[in-house]
Amino acid sequence: MSKKSFRQAINEALAQEMERDPRVVIMGEDIAGGLGAPGEDDAWGGVLGVTKGLMGKFGRERVLDTPITESGFIGAAAGAALRGLRPVAELMFVDFMGVCFDQIFNQAAKFRYMFGGKATTPLVIRTMFGAGFRAASQHSQCLYPIFTHIPGLKVVIPSSPYEAKGLLIQAIRDDDPVVFFEHKVMYDVEEEVPDEPYAIPFGEARFVREGEDVTIVAFGRMVTMASQAAEALAKEGVSCSVIDPRTTSPLDLPSILESVRETGRLVLVDEASPRCNLATDISAQVAEQAFDALKAPIRMVSPPHTPVPFAPALEDEFVPNAEKIAAAVRATMRAPSKQAAE
Amino acid sequence: MAMSRALQLSREDLLRAYRQMRTIREFEERVHAEFATGEIPGFVHLYAGEEASAVGVCMHLTDKDAIASTHRGHGHCIAKGCDVQGMMAEIYGRKSGLCAGKGGSMHIADVSKGMLGANGIVGGGAPLACGAALAAKTLKTGGVAVAFGGDGASNQGTTAESMNLATVWKLPVIFVLEDNGYAESTASGWSVGGDAIKRAEGFGIPGVRVDGHDFFAVHDAAGEAIERTRSGGGPSFLHLKLNRYYGHFEGDGQAYRRDGEVARLRAEIDTLDRFRRRVTEAKLLGEDDLAGVDREVLALIDDSVRTAKSAAAPKSADLLTDVYLSY
Repeated sequence: MSKKSFRQAINEALAQEMERDPRVVIMGEDIAGGLGAPGEDDAWGGVLGVTKGLMGKFGRERVLDTPITESGFIGAAAGAALRGLRPVAELMFVDFMGVCFDQIFNQAAKFRYMFGGKATTPLVIRTMFGAGFRAASQHSQCLYPIFTHIPGLKVVIPSSPYEAKGLLIQAIRDDDPVVFFEHKVMYDVEEEVPDEPYAIPFGEARFVREGEDVTIVAFGRMVTMASQAAEALAKEGVSCSVIDPRTTSPLDLPSILESVRETGRLVLVDEASPRCNLATDISAQVAEQAFDALKAPIRMVSPPHTPVPFAPALEDEFVPNAEKIAAAVRATMRAPSKQAAE
Repeated sequence: MAMSRALQLSREDLLRAYRQMRTIREFEERVHAEFATGEIPGFVHLYAGEEASAVGVCMHLTDKDAIASTHRGHGHCIAKGCDVQGMMAEIYGRKSGLCAGKGGSMHIADVSKGMLGANGIVGGGAPLACGAALAAKTLKTGGVAVAFGGDGASNQGTTAESMNLATVWKLPVIFVLEDNGYAESTASGWSVGGDAIKRAEGFGIPGVRVDGHDFFAVHDAAGEAIERTRSGGGPSFLHLKLNRYYGHFEGDGQAYRRDGEVARLRAEIDTLDRFRRRVTEAKLLGEDDLAGVDREVLALIDDSVRTAKSAAAPKSADLLTDVYLSY
């Protein structure tokens, strides 16, 4: 056990799985970088350095730099997965999914079903997402709701370095196609991460904090924000549960329902655009299945329905934060309870 | 004209080639007829007329080799060894179908045979073939992959991306352009800019243009290309000029074709007629041999249709299975 960054945790998961299973190969734009140029062969190791050093360890046959050709290499990863490899493809920014979406949602996601259960596609697509990097509209989106919408895909959003390592190892060992979302603002976040490999199962939410008054569900970087909000609210005498579902597909709805039945209040925090996102999805399911348990209307904390802006002043305004989450919790505490209304 | 290497095929191989081409033709003619009765759901794209391509190419492949196919995929499936009974049942949406009735005509696949699926997306297959080739190369199986695509797919970015990737990664992949003159209803003479061979050469991939109605020419050219690619020579490209006898899909009135165009093709350059003439004139096979195959194939297709019609539909519980291995 030692302190590792989110970046190191992911690098270690890749290295350990490549060590364990020779069928694991990684590919992507600049995941080594520098090939054919006069300087270092492994010049970049991914645009933010996540895969640095892997080419030296595993060679060019298993660490495959690609041309900037998202449809080509994501499709190749899908085809290779059908034929015995376990590819981990890095699609630099999730915003670029628009270029290669067909290969993910019409091809990889549907092979198993379309082929009557006679195909296995052990493919992982790692991708960066999220605002806060001053990267503007085409490099800052979340987009995981779109992938959650597609049957056949699994969708993972790690919220810390420990989570990232265990969930990525699970993703690589999983036999279904997985899209793995890494928040770009989190790469330098550090925490204690075991040195040995470990897998965190999909579809099992993490109870980050247990409380009695309000349930907060948050994803990815928002888990940290929600925890900060819960900390502040505790000082005001409001006790919050914070749940990190870890995966949006499968979604551990039973854990969320269980918590809502205890607290009677729900705040959903989702950095994705507010229409048809995880907050609206979970809100609908909770309303359908636990309406009787709710003491107050469900609150959702999401950005406004705009592209991600560039100007720091605007981007800071755009992204949900601990203050906005705390305000939503206070609002749900103030709302008249059902009993009072009756 | 140089002697075709394919004319030197064994009697057994010639019979196999004819049987496969005849099976494809009979299968498609029969699906055409049955579709008109309204019993086949959805829509189908028929391969009749293009048989020499699928068979001339796939005869050089084994189960360790993979192919990615197109929406017009029945011929590729048969040539790559998919079970004909299972295919027909699939087209009828039966539980006994090759894909348990969940795929249908546009998604017939048998990964165990290296058939990575017909494909509903024009241009969808080429990247998958690159992936299959990468797997063969990385796992050192000695296998190759073939990406079939039409003139329509030749204009998709995925085709260009795949050709570039194949060159950059030195993949054992062969791109086969089945140019039947029409991308859906739009003539390739209008929609394809430049020259297909030069496009391939632009990516450093050597290409050959072949008469796609001539089994022997296709078999020869495919043999050379696949041998070259299999032995580490890098990707190859074949441009097959051929024709389809039916519309883009069944029900297409084909108002875009000249009057009598298909009748003339059938009368003058039919792939199966030409094959019969060549092998009988050269006394490699007799009329009796060919007639025997015709009877066998007819019986198989009759039986496939009969069995498919009476087979059970999937049950409602099947709706929810096979989305994930675990969830």
